[in-house]
This record gives sequence, C-alpha cells and structure tokens, in this order.
Amino acid sequence: MGKVIVVTSGKGGVGKTTSTAALGAALAQRNERVVVVDFDVGLRNLDLVMGAERRVVYDLINVIQGEAKLTQALIRDKRLETLFLLPASQTRDKDNLTPEGVERVITELKRVFDWVICDSPAGIESGATLAMRHADMAVVVTNPEVSSVRDSDRIIGLLDSKTMKAERGERMEKHLLLTRYDANRAERGDMLKVEDVLEILSIPLIGIIPESMDVLRASNIGSPVTLADARSAPAMAYFEAARRLAGEVLPITIPGEKRGIFGKIFARRAA
Amino acid sequence: MTIFNLFRKQRSAPTARERLQVLLAHERSSSGSDLVSLLREEILAVIAKHVQVDSDKVQVKMDRDENVTILEIDVEIPLGAVSQAA
Repeated sequence: MGKVIVVTSGKGGVGKTTSTAALGAALAQRNERVVVVDFDVGLRNLDLVMGAERRVVYDLINVIQGEAKLTQALIRDKRLETLFLLPASQTRDKDNLTPEGVERVITELKRVFDWVICDSPAGIESGATLAMRHADMAVVVTNPEVSSVRDSDRIIGLLDSKTMKAERGERMEKHLLLTRYDANRAERGDMLKVEDVLEILSIPLIGIIPESMDVLRASNIGSPVTLADARSAPAMAYFEAARRLAGEVLPITIPGEKRGIFGKIFARRAA
Repeated sequence: MTIFNLFRKQRSAPTARERLQVLLAHERSSSGSDLVSLLREEILAVIAKHVQVDSDKVQVKMDRDENVTILEIDVEIPLGAVSQAA
C-alpha cells in the first residue's frame, strides 16, 4: 500500500504546487512510483508546472463521474518513467468532487503507487478538506510571513479534526516545509526565523526551501525544480525534504547561510 | 553591531513573532469553541457548588503542543470565599 501525502497551506501562493511537483519528481528519481494529484478543480496548475498541460485528455472529475478510467486519465511524465500526474478539471465545478468518488480514486491509486501526493487548493473549503481527507501524512507549506503562518495554524487544526485519521482517533503526521526563506533577511531581523515559525506552529520541520530565481525558471519551462536543475539550491533542499519524507533522518541545513565575512559586510551595506 | 545599524529601521521580525503568538493563542482557544464553552460551563457549575466565583474569572483555554493539546483552566477565587466555604 502506498502512502498518501497532502501538500496544503490554507493560504494561496506559498508554493503548494511547486512543492508537490518538486517532491514528486524527487521521490520518482529514487525509482519509486509516484502520482501527483491536482485537487484544485477549476484552477488547475499542476499540469502546467509539470509541463504536461497539452497532454491532458481526461481528469480527476471524469474519473469520479465514471466518464473515464483511471488509467486513461493518468499522464506519465516524459522525463521520469515512474512519475504520473492526475490532473484536475479546468471547466467543471468543484461540487463534482464527491467524498465517495475521492475515496474510491485514492484507494485505487494507493494500490498501484508508492506515493500519492495530493496538491490541495488554497482555502479551507471542500476542495481542501477532501484533499486532506485520506492523507497518512501532511506537508504544511509555509512562508516566513504573518498571514501564511496564521493560515497554516488554521490548517493544522483542520488536519487534526477533519481527516479520516483524526476521526479514527489516530495522530496525523504533519511536517512543516518552510518555503521562500531568506537566511540573510532572517539574520538581519527582517524576516521570521526558522525557529520562530517552528515555535509558533509546533510541528516538526521537513525542509527549508530558499527563495530563489531557479523556482520561477523551472515553472517557466514546465519542469519540477528537482528536474530542471538538480544542483540548484532549492532543488537540493527539496531532495533533502523528500529523503526525510521517505523516513531518513538527516540534519536540517539552512540554505544560504554560508556567506563569508565579505559577503556579510556587503549585505549590510546593501541593506 | 556595526555603525550601519544606527541608520537602519527597527527590526520587524520580533514584532511579527509577538503579534502571531498573541493572535494564535486567541484563535486556538476559540477554534474548538464548542468543547471549550461546554467544559467552561460544567467546570464553573462544579466550582460554584463549593465556592462563590465570578463567571468572568474562569478562563478555559486550549493550546497546542507538538504531541498534545493542552487544556488550561484558570480560576480566580476571591479572598475570603475559600474560608467561607470551609
């Protein structure tokens, strides 16, 4: 049986889709069978970030409504044999996403894949609660910024009450993925530090992704950042996070803290 | 600390941190509001059997830790009420 992960945040624009694609591709590069599922019905974007937007024929809603088989809707990645995408519908209403339908699809996917990664829509409505419903584990994507931290706190509350795991009285495993982090700004006291966010949200950290041009560059060309430039700082951070997801214990590294004495002087002047 | 710091704006991250801590403490305590208000009433009723307390002086709060949710109960009993009850 595969593991179901929900990538969620509450707030929009913090990097859920980018992180879903990057983690999915990182796990698939370990030769594990991965499917990334877009739950953002009506505003799908995972297909675009994965570079598969012109290959979408059927989608999640078609499968739920019985208009297509799961195998017809799954899109195999052109670069990685073991990576698949299940796109969301762009035209249909999100009310077509039924709890029974979602349960059936997730159960089927779990049987075939090692990892089922659900990209949650922003917000706390049905799309978001259905995306987290069957998760074994949650990745809470947060920016070091007040509104994102607040929304993440709200989402953590939902993960602890609205999921199947919570309803069975089990503990939902939650991990913090801190994205768009700038170690220098945090050091100067102009951005919440890793420790601050960890203390406030009190869930374990799975990775710190640095703010980087490489992320935008990767989405421009339609490639997960862990595939577009595997040696870039954000890609390395995502690889680390993926290894932790798979159960490895690694020390957390804060990207971009290796600046020497000259760098420090110039950074202060620039400020 | 360098001389440049004198001309820089105040650090903003500590303010963000403090605002969040205050806000989230409040939001967490009201998010499970059904349970919290139920507990508050029942606890108040039990205490009222033995001592006279002002209902505003009973605070019931829920907070979250990495592993557990903490229920915090803070009851202020006026001076003299305890000896009267005893």
